[in-house]
Amino acid sequence: MMTNHVHQPAFMTGDEFSIDTFSLLDAEGELYSGASEPALERDHARRLYQAMLATRILDERMMAAQRQGRLSFYMQCVGEEAAVIGAAAALDDADMIMAQYREQGALMYRGFSIDEFMNQLFGNELDYGKGRQMPVHYGSRKLHYMTISSPLATQIPQATGYAYGQKLAGDGLCTLTFFGEGAASEGDFHAALNMASVHKVPVIFFCRNNGYAISTPAVEQFAADGIAPRAFGYHMHVIRVDGNDVLAVFEATRQARKIAVEQNQPVLIEAMTYRLAAHSSSDDPSGYRLKSEEETWRLKDPVLRMQKWLLKKGWWSEEEETREQETRRQEVLDTMKRAEKRTAPPLESLVSDVYADVTPELQRQFDQLKKHIRRYPEAYPRGARSLDLDVDTANDAQGDA
Amino acid sequence: MATMNMLQAINNALDIAMAEDEKVICFGEDVGIFGGVFRATSHLQEKYGKARCFNTPLVEQGIIGFANGLAAQGSVPVAEIQFADYIFPAFDQIVNETAKYRYRSGDLFNVGGLTIRTPYGGGIAGGLYHSQSPEAYFTHTPGLKVVVPRNPYQAKGLLLAAIRDPDPVLFLEPKRLYRAAVGEVPEDDYQLQIGEAEVIKEGSDITLVGWGAQMEVIGKAVELAEEQGIACEVIDLRSLLPWDADTVVESVLKTGRLVVSHEAPLTGGFAGEIAATVQERCFLYLESPIRRVTGLDTPFPLALEKEYLPDHLKIFEAIRESVNF
Repeated sequence: MMTNHVHQPAFMTGDEFSIDTFSLLDAEGELYSGASEPALERDHARRLYQAMLATRILDERMMAAQRQGRLSFYMQCVGEEAAVIGAAAALDDADMIMAQYREQGALMYRGFSIDEFMNQLFGNELDYGKGRQMPVHYGSRKLHYMTISSPLATQIPQATGYAYGQKLAGDGLCTLTFFGEGAASEGDFHAALNMASVHKVPVIFFCRNNGYAISTPAVEQFAADGIAPRAFGYHMHVIRVDGNDVLAVFEATRQARKIAVEQNQPVLIEAMTYRLAAHSSSDDPSGYRLKSEEETWRLKDPVLRMQKWLLKKGWWSEEEETREQETRRQEVLDTMKRAEKRTAPPLESLVSDVYADVTPELQRQFDQLKKHIRRYPEAYPRGARSLDLDVDTANDAQGDA
Repeated sequence: MATMNMLQAINNALDIAMAEDEKVICFGEDVGIFGGVFRATSHLQEKYGKARCFNTPLVEQGIIGFANGLAAQGSVPVAEIQFADYIFPAFDQIVNETAKYRYRSGDLFNVGGLTIRTPYGGGIAGGLYHSQSPEAYFTHTPGLKVVVPRNPYQAKGLLLAAIRDPDPVLFLEPKRLYRAAVGEVPEDDYQLQIGEAEVIKEGSDITLVGWGAQMEVIGKAVELAEEQGIACEVIDLRSLLPWDADTVVESVLKTGRLVVSHEAPLTGGFAGEIAATVQERCFLYLESPIRRVTGLDTPFPLALEKEYLPDHLKIFEAIRESVNF
């Protein structure tokens, strides 16, 4: 590194730099003057929008189901659909996505079926995760979507490692990891960015700066101008983008991907957006933010903005909108009814997958448990039913995960 | 056969694994051209290139986070944490991620390819931050395997087994023996079974159980005991998770007496787990209380290291008291 020598002390704070926000579409779905439309084909744009709409509908219905007591817990993506789905749409479908927990839209975009969503949400016998994790902890091997882990930011250095493996394999793929601006305070974030830069790894760090970490506003999370300036400290490409503008997110991520796979360089993207809903079904934002603040962000609704653009282009119609909404709502309701009636995963799933094979000691503990359940079957109805069947139904029913 | 110290045996195992499978990748602080602060990875970068053997930034949570992702991708990472005392920044990645990857995804994803190598233990004037034996934090974590070799032969065979094991393995290397332990080691590839203890010496009066560097200390105590006509059975656990309770129980059913020894502090130490299991399964056969000879419930000392350590004299006393109970 070249450095100038000066002979009077001069301190810097970072205010010397200002980071612009890249945006293409205004709130009315019009391109800003001077903006060029990204290379997004009609079918691709429709697929992207349909995923946004489906995610919005799934979130609405499942939040309602949670309020009715049908579901233990839920987390909505509302307000952040453009950030999440715009990014996913700019990737190769075989690129790995390592998400935080609010990115179901990316999975929707890749074709995770409503059945697959429901089976996880209800933790039934068809859930790929075998009923082990709370709702919204999805994963899909076939869709290259890493199973969600609750501890925050742990996926970020893992994405660096995963992408390093992709680089060695030479398959031309990369990894994109999602996280919030709150998670970016964790040590794992800094470890991940530094290692990715030092080892020249094709990974995209995608920060959803949605303004809140549960109740903590961004101003109490960091003193600097958001997350983006941190890239300078790691000598990393960085771009800030309007996270409610799906075209801008798509284009920024598309170009980030080129840098990642063609130059083996990591990229940081900071998408400025807003969590319109509560943190989770267990949270109530009225305790920490004003309704009026939420209303200003509702006017920037990313789904509506994309819809307006599509309508103007003639790539979508009001009739299609109505029909799609009805079909999706009905599908969610029908699927939910099926999923909630399914039985729990078999008792055996308590001890499988801890190791590749059940260890002798764990087998001994399991045999003891089965004996106990047989003695008090009414106290453990799920386990007792599974013992009666004495067959591993989940494995037969799973298919391609 | 070749004569090797433990570092040479470990280096040889890594060399064999890297030559055999290009997916095997070694990294950590100073493991690149320098070959690690103890030289366990000497010449591996020269032989296999910078892409497969390299230095990482000084960030343990990053090393293991990176390793988890690399293993999930299908590579076979062998990550080094320079001292076990410095593994704690990576505790979350190991306990919440490594150990639970397969389980939480319903076996869609796993990090079974991962091996974490780290030197542990005292006796090298390392004070409280270069001497700890943190095994019990990890034996309380289902999903991990924890393996500790006692000599060069064991180190090579167990490390090769750990690298190829379908589950993630924490491989604790007794650094006091790195150069001190020298022995005959086959130059060819071989593996020792993870999860199996080894009865090193048979005897009818009392059973002694340990692992890693403590086996040498137990050996000295046994010499003293045998001089007094006490026939000792000595078991090296080798794997702490899963651990081979059957071999220990079978021995105690025969001898009726048990002494377990480790360097780590007494309270919450792994000896407690062994003692609890043995009293459950051997209750009517026990001739005397099970004894634990361990470090004190203090941080690891420096000037008074000798006083702190569960040395051969303390173990010998426990044997004597147990036999004379």
